[in-house]
Amino acid sequence: MKVLLIAESRDGKLLGSAAELSHFAQTLNADSAMLLVGSESALPAYGGTLYLADAALAGEFNPAVHKQLILEVVAKEQPQLIVLPHSSYGWDLAPRLAVALNAAQISEVVEVKDGALVVPTCNAKLRRTIKPTTEISVVTLQAGAFTPSAEPSGTPNVVKLDAAPNGDIQFHGYEAAEATAVDLSKAEIIVSAGRGIGKPENLAMIEALAKALGGEFGASRPVVDAEWTEHSRQVGTTGQTVSPKLYVACGISGAIQHLAGMKKSEFVLAINTDKDAPIGEVADVLAVADLKQLVPILTEKLSR
Amino acid sequence: MKLLVCIKQVPDMESKFKVNSEGLWYDSADLAWRMNEYDEYAVEQAVQLKEQLGDCDLTVLCIGSERVKETMKKALAMGCDRGVHIADDDSHRKDPFAIASLIANFAKDKGFDLIFTGLQSQDRGSAQVGVMVAELLGLPCLTTLVEFAFENGTVHGKRELEGGTKGKVSCATPALVTCQLGLNTPRYPTLPNIMKAKKKELLSIPAADLSPADSRTQTLSMAPPEKKGGGLILEGEPAELAEQLLQILKEKTTVLA
Ligand SMILES: Cc1cc2nc3c(=O)[nH]c(=O)nc-3n(C[C@H](O)[C@H](O)[C@H](O)COP(=O)(O)OP(=O)(O)OC[C@H]3O[C@@H](n4cnc5c(N)ncnc54)[C@H](O)[C@@H]3O)c2cc1C
Repeated sequence: MKVLLIAESRDGKLLGSAAELSHFAQTLNADSAMLLVGSESALPAYGGTLYLADAALAGEFNPAVHKQLILEVVAKEQPQLIVLPHSSYGWDLAPRLAVALNAAQISEVVEVKDGALVVPTCNAKLRRTIKPTTEISVVTLQAGAFTPSAEPSGTPNVVKLDAAPNGDIQFHGYEAAEATAVDLSKAEIIVSAGRGIGKPENLAMIEALAKALGGEFGASRPVVDAEWTEHSRQVGTTGQTVSPKLYVACGISGAIQHLAGMKKSEFVLAINTDKDAPIGEVADVLAVADLKQLVPILTEKLSR
Repeated sequence: MKLLVCIKQVPDMESKFKVNSEGLWYDSADLAWRMNEYDEYAVEQAVQLKEQLGDCDLTVLCIGSERVKETMKKALAMGCDRGVHIADDDSHRKDPFAIASLIANFAKDKGFDLIFTGLQSQDRGSAQVGVMVAELLGLPCLTTLVEFAFENGTVHGKRELEGGTKGKVSCATPALVTCQLGLNTPRYPTLPNIMKAKKKELLSIPAADLSPADSRTQTLSMAPPEKKGGGLILEGEPAELAEQLLQILKEKTTVLA
């Protein structure tokens, strides 16, 4: 089997997903080639052929041009599988390739099982095993699902691609995340509030528990989207990555994007009314309870 | 302007899911249904654009069984003008490409200036349908938007990237945009608007009339993930639970020292 791996670069830097792509190819025992719209000064540690287009010419974010470049290489390499990271770059580009190639698309693969692909469904409460019915298919990989155990090595054999910037979308550059008012990444204790707190007034009890434990409070995304607290408190892929000694998740279901930000915590306590909540997968202890009852009692006992 | 917003009805994710008798999808019995969260942002943005421009006709489209009409009524109560229900009891067996083909076949001769979809659905989570519809119709597509503005025929948006960085993008209409969580604050339908929505047009079209493409993937099985975590699960009275938890924190962590 032959696979074409599509690496990602942002703001001139190669992203770490490149290593996960090549590890995935190894998992399949497949021959691979890689394509990158990036820069010669930031090449992946990869031992195969690397098709490289200069992001300064092609545009770092320019789906129509990237699609065209990939289709050229697909015609040359004839892969059965095209693999991208399931990232804001990958999930934007993959369906464009699938339509152009009449290919099946399978999103957010977490595992390969007997030649078929496993993907999460319903906030990871269920998993489906899927097979493409087309000769060529496009897949995206969940971040972290195919992390190699060892640092990748190798020097690519670079083949340059020409690219002219055109396309139907204009890219006007990046806007950095708001400067963080609170640096949760250094906190030793974090108590986080999820949508399960129900209303903004209940954030106070989360803050009180954080204070009683001598820590900071954090939040899942819906709490930030609803503007109950500021973005610098958000834990997860589009917020902060934390690794405290104790992480208390109150009313947080445990979506993959939240877990990605807190799974390095040393000890995880989850408080949730749903015994099957996916947070249970990473929690050392899951207390099945209404946080509105349990959190104030915990705070009171700690303050005594 | 002619606007289209595509929505999906999904189960509440706090539900207890059971696999159906085929073993390929979840059992739809005993579930509470709601509008896919991402689509609430799409509907809200479309309604805001209609309010901004005044002269707009906003259609909401949903594929599924009779049951999905309930969710469509919410979109009508939020401000959509008319509903198109693509009647399909089999929609859960269609993969994202087959679903996208239905939408594209419906939309191709309607002259929509702007199509809104959610970034992804909460159940399948594929993030494919919106982009595929755009590709099938030959429209530019801006995905993962957390900011949206429309001026002189051009859509200006910010795409959300990992780590909270944003990418600034724009494109000319006709176009399609996919909406990410937090794009706006979806409104709650008011009672008068819920009453008004009951009188709005809700047209049903059998899916077969729109000649859907075949799915390109085959589901072999569905199952809950194997429990790897193996963490301790505690249940009981809150006061007792609190005692137990403090004991555990004292023994297993250094934070209470
Ligand atoms: C591209 C992308 C990026 C994202 N980035 C992030 C990110 O950085 N961070 C993030 O958090 N999310 C992120 N998300 C969103 C993520 O997918 C989830 O939607 C989100 O994490 C859900 O937050 P939640 O767990 O608080 O809410 P829900 O999933 O709604 O869960 C609420 C939980 O509260 C429990 N509950 C309800 N009432 C009570 C009660 N009284 N007592 C105790 N428990 C209760 C419920 O059982 C449920 O488990 C992102 C999504 C996408 C697509």
